Order: sequence, then C-alpha cells, then structure tokens
Amino acid sequence: MRNYIIRRIIQMIPVFIGILFILFFILEQAPGTPVSNMMHPRMTPEQKAELNEKLGMDIPWYERFVNYVKEALLEGNLGYSNTHKRPVAEVIGDYVGPTLLLAVVSLCISIIIGIPAGILSATKQYTAVDNILTVVSFIGISIPSFFFGLILLKVFAVDNQIFPLFGIRDPLLMSDNIFDNIKDVAWHLVLPSIVLGLSSTASFMRYTRSSMLEVIKQDYIRTARAKGLKEKTVIYRHAFRNGIIPIITLLGFWIPSLLSGAVVTETIFGLPGLGKISVEAAMKRNYPLILGINSMLAILTLIGALVADILYAVADPRIRYD
Amino acid sequence: MAKDKTNKNYIRNQSYWGEVFFRLRKNKMAMLSLYILVAIILLCIIIPIISPYEIQTTNLAGKDQSPNSKHLLGTDLIGRDLFTRLFYAGRISLGVALAVVAIECVIGVVLGSLSGFYGGIIDGVIMRIAEIFMSFPFMIITITIVAVFGNSIFTLILVLALLSWPSIARIVRGQILSLREMEYMEACEALGISDIRRIFRHLLPNVLAYVIVYATLGMASVILVETSLSFLGLGVSPPTPTWGNMIQEARNMLIIQHKWWYWIPPGIAIFISVMCFNILGDGMRDAIDPKMKR
Repeated sequence: MRNYIIRRIIQMIPVFIGILFILFFILEQAPGTPVSNMMHPRMTPEQKAELNEKLGMDIPWYERFVNYVKEALLEGNLGYSNTHKRPVAEVIGDYVGPTLLLAVVSLCISIIIGIPAGILSATKQYTAVDNILTVVSFIGISIPSFFFGLILLKVFAVDNQIFPLFGIRDPLLMSDNIFDNIKDVAWHLVLPSIVLGLSSTASFMRYTRSSMLEVIKQDYIRTARAKGLKEKTVIYRHAFRNGIIPIITLLGFWIPSLLSGAVVTETIFGLPGLGKISVEAAMKRNYPLILGINSMLAILTLIGALVADILYAVADPRIRYD
Repeated sequence: MAKDKTNKNYIRNQSYWGEVFFRLRKNKMAMLSLYILVAIILLCIIIPIISPYEIQTTNLAGKDQSPNSKHLLGTDLIGRDLFTRLFYAGRISLGVALAVVAIECVIGVVLGSLSGFYGGIIDGVIMRIAEIFMSFPFMIITITIVAVFGNSIFTLILVLALLSWPSIARIVRGQILSLREMEYMEACEALGISDIRRIFRHLLPNVLAYVIVYATLGMASVILVETSLSFLGLGVSPPTPTWGNMIQEARNMLIIQHKWWYWIPPGIAIFISVMCFNILGDGMRDAIDPKMKR
C-alpha cells in the first residue's frame, strides 16, 4: 500500500507538469501580454523594454516556464500577481475562505440528504416514494444552477426579504460578538449552499440508490433476512456497509468539481471567493493568478483521485494495491 | 398487430437495434422525453416560418410589453419579440451542444479504441494525456481560454470538446479491452483482417451503443455548461441569443423583481431540454443493457 501511494505520487508529477505546460502554452498564444495592459501608449520603446525586463517578460516563454515550475513547486508561492502586487499564493489565500466554507457546507448537505434519500429510494424500489425521489433527483441534476439560484434569490431575497441578497457579511453589522458574526455569515450562506448542494445531493442520491440496489440483491442479504434479523438491521448494518463503498470514492472526485461549481454560485450571490476572482482574473488577463488558481485546482483534482483510490482500499478489504 | 403472444415472439427475432428500440418504447418517461425534444428541435428549426418577427428587428414603440396575444412571451427593452428570440436561442444552445458532443465523440472514440486495441506504450501515452485533460478544472480553464481568445461560438465549441473527450475515450477503451480478448477477434486475426478494419468493422459496432448513451447524457451536461458560461458573459455573447445569455437579464434588480417573462422562459427551456436528455439517456442505458436495469 505504501509503495502504491509513493508510486502514484511520483506519477502525478509528470501529469502536473503537463498541465502547467499546456496552460502556459495557451496563455502564451493569447494576443497581448499582461505587460501590454500596464504600458502607457506614450512610453518609449526603451521604457517598454525596461518594463518587460523588470517583469521578467524578456526571456523566451519556455525558459519562463522552467522558472515558473521551479518557483511554483519549490517555493510554493505560485508566482507573482502584478495586479495585486503580491505572491499569487497569498491572493488565493485571501479568497479561499468563502469558497471552502461554501463547498464544505454544501457537501455536508449532499451527504446528509442525498445518502439517506438514496437508501430510502432503493429499499422502496418501484413504490410511489421511489418514483417521487427519482423524479426529484432528475430535477436536481437537470436544473441549471444559475437559474435555480436566481429563482431562490427572487423568492427569498427580493420578494420576501428573508435572506440577504449579496455578499458574505453584512457591512452594517458592527457587533464584536463572535456569535453574531457567525450567525451573519451563516445567514448569508444559506441560499448559496442550497444552490451548490442541489446537484450533488441529487447525484449522491442516484449513486446511493443504484449501489444499494446492487447490494440488496446479493445472497448474504437474503441470509441475513433468513436469520430473522430486523429489516432495519439488514439494511443499515449489513447492506449499507457495502453499498456505501462507491460513494466514498465519489467524495474524492467531488471536491474539485464543487470548487468549479462555486464559480456560478459565487457570481450570483456576490461571494468574494475563488470563483469570483477566477472570473476577474480571466477578464483582466491576470496570467499569474490564472495559472495559480488553475494549478491549485489541478493539484486538488489529482490528490482527490488518489485519496479516492486509497479510501476505496481502506473501505473494501477485497481491494489490494501492490 | 394485436397484443398477443405471437407478437412477443416476433419481436424476439428482431435485430439488436430493433430489440433495443422495442425496450426503449416500453419506457414511457424516456419516450415522452424523446417526443418533447423532437418538438423543441422542430420549433427551433421552423421558427423563422411560424414567427412574424425577425430576430434582430427592434420596435421601440412596442418595447417592454408583458406577454400578450401578439407577443406570446412579451418584448424586451428594445422591442424584440422574446418568443422568437427564445427559439433562435435554442438553435444556438442545442447546436453548440450537438457540435461539442459530435467532436468529443470522434476524438474520444478514435483515441479510446487505439488505446484499448494496441495497449502498451500507445495506451500509456494516450491515457496520460487523458489524465492531464481530466485534471483541468473544467469551468475555470474554460473561462480562462474563452476570456483570453475572445468568446466566439467556435472557440467555445472547441474548448468544450477538447476538455471532455477523455471520459468517452475511457469508456471506449474499457469496452475494447474486454472485447479484444473474445474469440471472434482471434478469428479476425486468423483471417488476416487489417487492424483498421478490425477496429472499425468488428470492435466499434459493439461499443456504439455505449457511445450513443454517453452522447445523449453528454448533450445534457454540455447544455448546462454552455448556458452557465453564456450567463456569466463568457460564452456566446449578445446580440446572438442563447438560453444562457437571455437569463443574464435577470441580474437586473427591476427585471428579476417584476418582469418574469425576460428570464423564466429560457430557464425553463434549459431545464426541460436537459431533463429530457438525462431521462432519455438513462432510458437508453436500460434498454441497451437490460441486465443493468435497476
């Protein structure tokens, strides 16, 4: 197992460098450099060359790529954002909070609602309950998150002002009381987490249902029933343990996709998170920041896949890696 | 033919696709979805014939009307008929999705079958490349590329297709890996049939069903991505209407509060078509592989 993990991590390095290389290459093809935005039209060619040199744009792109990989991997600061005048890692650090909070809350919602609903749907297969839950899950995976978000905004923030419309903090809240502040943030996060959580809740439900149905068909479940165990024990102690295994691997892949989904949610609800600065960075052609965010998410994706495989082996002793 | 037992036996003797279609027809939800999709696509195609309005004609005298008998879904701030725009937008949204899925299937099927058929170094290289493409943060990388290269429909299609081929390649590779070991492939080898012919005539037809299911479900996800991007202003940009950028109007406080006809209809259009593609894809999977039926 240890050797397997080490081997996987070593395999991750070329993939990661490949990702960086493609990103670098794409950004290099773009018309205009980040420096051209900072140049004044009346600058002399000498001044332009000086600025280029100061920002390290005077050397060929493949050399800059090598430098960037060294800098990103060894120093971990992911380059320097010229717009923010700070290392990219620090800028990301400033904005990662709301996104992470949003992702964790909506993941919790998905687990708490999605998995039990999936089990219920599987145990009551072909009944009215199952049909309703199946339709609900289809709605959940099919409704565009921005449309759902706007409807919630209209109903709960515009027409009835139950929840705040925008942002993560109430700017008028002057309280130093920690509970007031927590309550304020939580109140702002209700609608965004419902929006972000909906589609993953629906997917968790569908996966749980099909996985449980597969398990319930097996012989050992019939044996458990034949022993005269209560149906609850059969489902929640015997079937659930095996039925949950595919869901565990799903979790590993879910984190990066939740972060991607946060882009839309954060834009609608005006949350100052990673999704929002990615859109801004793309619009402003802030290449170091774009590279930084993309490479961070790529690392998360790779680690997520690895963690999923490891968890799979931990949860299911039949699986051995060597 | 009447619903008697001879009918059943008659069906049993049908071809593979005949049987798949027979099973699909018994799935009422899937068939309903198919009919709805056909209706939406037809409306999008014939909209220039049935609508008396042009897509870009503005009419400032009749601007900002709520739905009425002349304008079924009202008009916008410069007097364009929103019902007409809705179906023109459908042309773009569905067309982009179709193009993306078609390109991604071609790339995915070719690379997946090469990978599965030859194995070894070719497999290793292709799968590593697939892994690289799968590790890109989908939404953010798309936003980046579209913002950097400008948001033309062509760029959008290319980017989405290039980012989504790995999953189909993996499915095809997996299928080919198991099919390759079957006895009829040995027969092919004994007969001296060329590699290309073996892949395209003898292996791929057996994978086709999975590709079709994947493509149907893929339509649903591409519609969602394209409309999200257009909503963010990073997909197809106005004045070309898509369902996504029509909903952008709702970011205006006045419109979200009082003028539902600007943004609710395109939202419902996305929702219904995505849902129909999802249900149809699911139904087709069950029809193709009855053992998998849950």
